[in-house]
Amino acid sequence: MGDLGRIVKVAGPLVIAENMTGAKMYDVVYVSEIRLMGEIIEISGDMASIQVYEETGGIGVGEPVFLTNEPLTVELGPGLIQSIYDGIQRPLNLIYEKAGDFITRGIQVPALPRDKKWKFIPLTAAGDTVDSGDCLGYVDETTLVKHYILVPEGISGEIISIQDGEFTIEETVAKIKTASGVTDISMLQKWPVRKQRPYCQKVNPEIPLFTGQRVIDMFFPIAKGGTACVPGPFGSGKTVIQHQLAKWIDANVIVYIGCGERGNEMTDVLLEFPELKDPKSGEPLMKRTVLIANTSNMPVAAREASVYTGITIAEYFRDMGYSVALMADSTSRWAEAMREISGRLEEMPGDEGYPAYLGARLASFYERAGIVKCLSRKQDITGALTVIGAVSPPGGDLSDPVVQATLRVVKVFWSLEANLAYSRHFPAISWLNSYSLYNDNIKEYVENNVHEDFFTLQAEAMSLLEKESELEEIVRLVGIDSLSGEDRVVLMVAKMIREDFLHQNAFHDVDTYTSIEKQYIMIKTILYFYRQANDFLNSGVDIKRIERMKIREMIARMKYIEDSDIGKISSITHDIDSELGLLKKEDEAENQGI
Amino acid sequence: MLKEYRSITNIAGPLLVVEGVENVKYEELVEIRLGDSDLRNGRVLEVEGDKALVQVFEGTRGIDTEKTTVRFLGRGIHMYLSQDILGKVFTGLGKPRTSSDEILPEKSLDINGAPINPFSRDYPDEFIQTGISAIDGLNTLVRGQKLPVFTGAGLPHNKIAAQIARQSAVLGKKEEFAVVFVAIGITFEESEYFINDFRQTGALERAVLILNLADDPAIERIATPRVGLTCAEYLAFEKDMHVLVILTDMTNYCEALKEISAARKEVPGRRGYPGYMYTDLATIYERAGRIKGKKGSITQIPILTMPEDDKTHPIPDLTGYITEGQIILSRSLHKKKISPPIDVLPSLSRLKDKGIGKDKTREDHADLFNQLYAAYARGKEVQELAVILGEAALTDIDKLYYKFAEKFEMHYVSQGDYENRSIDFTLDLGWKLLSVFPREELKRIRDSFLDKYLPKFVNKEELQDAG
Repeated sequence: MGDLGRIVKVAGPLVIAENMTGAKMYDVVYVSEIRLMGEIIEISGDMASIQVYEETGGIGVGEPVFLTNEPLTVELGPGLIQSIYDGIQRPLNLIYEKAGDFITRGIQVPALPRDKKWKFIPLTAAGDTVDSGDCLGYVDETTLVKHYILVPEGISGEIISIQDGEFTIEETVAKIKTASGVTDISMLQKWPVRKQRPYCQKVNPEIPLFTGQRVIDMFFPIAKGGTACVPGPFGSGKTVIQHQLAKWIDANVIVYIGCGERGNEMTDVLLEFPELKDPKSGEPLMKRTVLIANTSNMPVAAREASVYTGITIAEYFRDMGYSVALMADSTSRWAEAMREISGRLEEMPGDEGYPAYLGARLASFYERAGIVKCLSRKQDITGALTVIGAVSPPGGDLSDPVVQATLRVVKVFWSLEANLAYSRHFPAISWLNSYSLYNDNIKEYVENNVHEDFFTLQAEAMSLLEKESELEEIVRLVGIDSLSGEDRVVLMVAKMIREDFLHQNAFHDVDTYTSIEKQYIMIKTILYFYRQANDFLNSGVDIKRIERMKIREMIARMKYIEDSDIGKISSITHDIDSELGLLKKEDEAENQGI
Repeated sequence: MLKEYRSITNIAGPLLVVEGVENVKYEELVEIRLGDSDLRNGRVLEVEGDKALVQVFEGTRGIDTEKTTVRFLGRGIHMYLSQDILGKVFTGLGKPRTSSDEILPEKSLDINGAPINPFSRDYPDEFIQTGISAIDGLNTLVRGQKLPVFTGAGLPHNKIAAQIARQSAVLGKKEEFAVVFVAIGITFEESEYFINDFRQTGALERAVLILNLADDPAIERIATPRVGLTCAEYLAFEKDMHVLVILTDMTNYCEALKEISAARKEVPGRRGYPGYMYTDLATIYERAGRIKGKKGSITQIPILTMPEDDKTHPIPDLTGYITEGQIILSRSLHKKKISPPIDVLPSLSRLKDKGIGKDKTREDHADLFNQLYAAYARGKEVQELAVILGEAALTDIDKLYYKFAEKFEMHYVSQGDYENRSIDFTLDLGWKLLSVFPREELKRIRDSFLDKYLPKFVNKEELQDAG
């Protein structure tokens, strides 16, 4: 630090400074005496355009700009989990302690606590040779996350010393003799956010990532290391779905980015996550979560950075061999931040005023997801980073440039529909428009680990739903009485699938999460009913009798049966048989009577 | 002594360029004195070298490049505050409207405020009883929420807003409250309607009025909501009051934003509105909420007119993405004389889940409203179907839904302007309407609640029919 630029223009979050020779693209600078953090996004001669991460009111021409000659980095190390950061990794709880209820400008607080001591347990010993990405030891950061300390990139050699004990993140835990001398290794690492963290090799995602949400797991599953997007108009439940995923998704670490969304929603997460228990371990969900909150009223440039901050932290945990899930709510706000900055730079706009590089930025963001063989050559570690982005298209219009650019890169599309939301069908994921391209990838795993006829059932249920939408057109025109008995059974069962399976109440204690085993039994029961009902129909039982069957109520209440009582669901098939048998007898008795 | 500049070089629309300036800051407040000593206010939008781009709130008419002088005040726009602002009327820039509205300020605050740290927010979960069934039962308002009313020209949004202001109460509590009424470019008559209503109910002395009427300068509207919210923040977080802020009409605010953007020749986003409108609106709407450890709260009810009743228009669309739900008014209900004409299906309160249920409203509330929604949605579908096929073609169960939808609109949604319904009344009304259905149709309600509540109403309904 020490080089001084001089401001020549201030326009909203964009500041232009002169005398900036030597500055590099995407270097961090501090603007004005109150030291507002910014990043260089354009250089022309000795002039540099800077996007400033804080409000620029009161900044004027002639004020200094301080260069750091470093790109925007995040701090990585123990202390990340359970944190809540703003878009440039400033911990909001520390800002609160320092500045009170409102976020004032120019505050600088370290991202990770410097004075906290962590118990470091070595997994290697002096004399071992290590490479980048090899694991040196670990810290039990929370009961859910073992924080492995890896050899930083670019360092390899022989361990001279490594210590067991309590350390702060800045203290040396190991010394490594490299080709260029001895390097001290501390638990703190820094990494530039816009640069992907290295790995050895990417592999194809083949394992499903179950979420406990029936419509997703059963019909539109996502794979570990996959990408998905959730576009929908406001009020269709994007945020509830993102929260549900963050709560129940089967991942080791969750990074949740609230990007340009409501302040109260982040508060909701902050209050709720420490209360909620992980279904597997029974520990609070917060113990595996990192939150990035850049609400809509916080500075727009920091919103642009927040997505990168989040994904870099996610990659860091991926490198330890964890399955990490990242939720970004919402990527549209991120795109809008890009648009705003681009507009101030007076760049030539593309569609709807978005910059021409929108598609490229989105693609390179989602491409940071994946299953990778981690850097370490010694240990065979696989890490997964799954990215799920919400998109908020204006008016729910899917032709929006952000939606279209996103659909070109993601493999799973959960389309939210306003009509479903209006009739309180939640999650409002349309079964007709959504898709998942992972069905084939995960086929083998699911057939071996869940059930071999999983995909047969999926296809059967889906075809019933499709048939229903065709039949509904006919019903609309000529009324239900003109339909054949078979078609009426289709309508009845499709309605069951919709209301008793796809519909899931996020706020119900049991219904909020459904294990894959229970999902399988539920759909199997419904389809069993379909086949049996059809059989009995063919043997002459009146459709109206089938439509009035009592068993339907039991099927409707399957979702409220707890996982531990899963046997109760399996026994419904017997009840179906016995009630149908009864019907048949009644029917025959009546016929004989006539 | 502040420097005076006589170096205006360019005037276009609401903007002017002053050259040769020194030490001018972005967002600084500007005083412009015309040749005839008329005084106007402005704000710095951009500084570049020795040039400053200034937005003039009162318009540029009469400003010339020779005689007009410009002073930069070295600070942003401030609002002068003390507890005495209650009962006073201010202009859209936060100046006393008449001499009787002057106060002895205790402090002054920048109207732009600062973002509330999400960490220090307290989650809004205190149920506010508005006495309107369609809101309390189905789109529950909670303290610290921002719940806009999406309306169209000619719909009775003012009546609803006034009724909410009049009837809002938190169950079982008597606390200090205040209303901040912010008029943004509405007519004198509309603003009088509110003021009269406040006067009649005695709320006027608990109200701060910020008025920018239709004939007041349009660009001033950029500052108007911020002035109001600064008052609200002061009352809520320094004077421990529960503040209800009514902002009407946000559409006029957005028009002013568009005007400035056009004058600056910015690349427009959708329909000519600036690309940063989302961020800009967020800096207004996000100033609602509660803060940990503070007694007060800010609840916002912005009213906005949807051009051509189009919900996908950028103004309602972006608002809906920021606010915690929306109350949508329907023209067809209004024509059917359903009052208030709240269109239940697309309306939503995002914070209701935390504000209802046991100890807040009643244990059965959540299930009940899910069921009412689902049944009403089905009823509306059936009604559409009946238009095509005729009522006779409906199945028996569909006929029930058909009737339910009609009754629901007539009894549940519709109520008197001065009818203040208790939450128990609203919930019981819901049960009563649902009791026409056979029990297995009520899938969204837990068994235990069906057992507990349904019998009470099934019998009553039958008795009534018999009677």
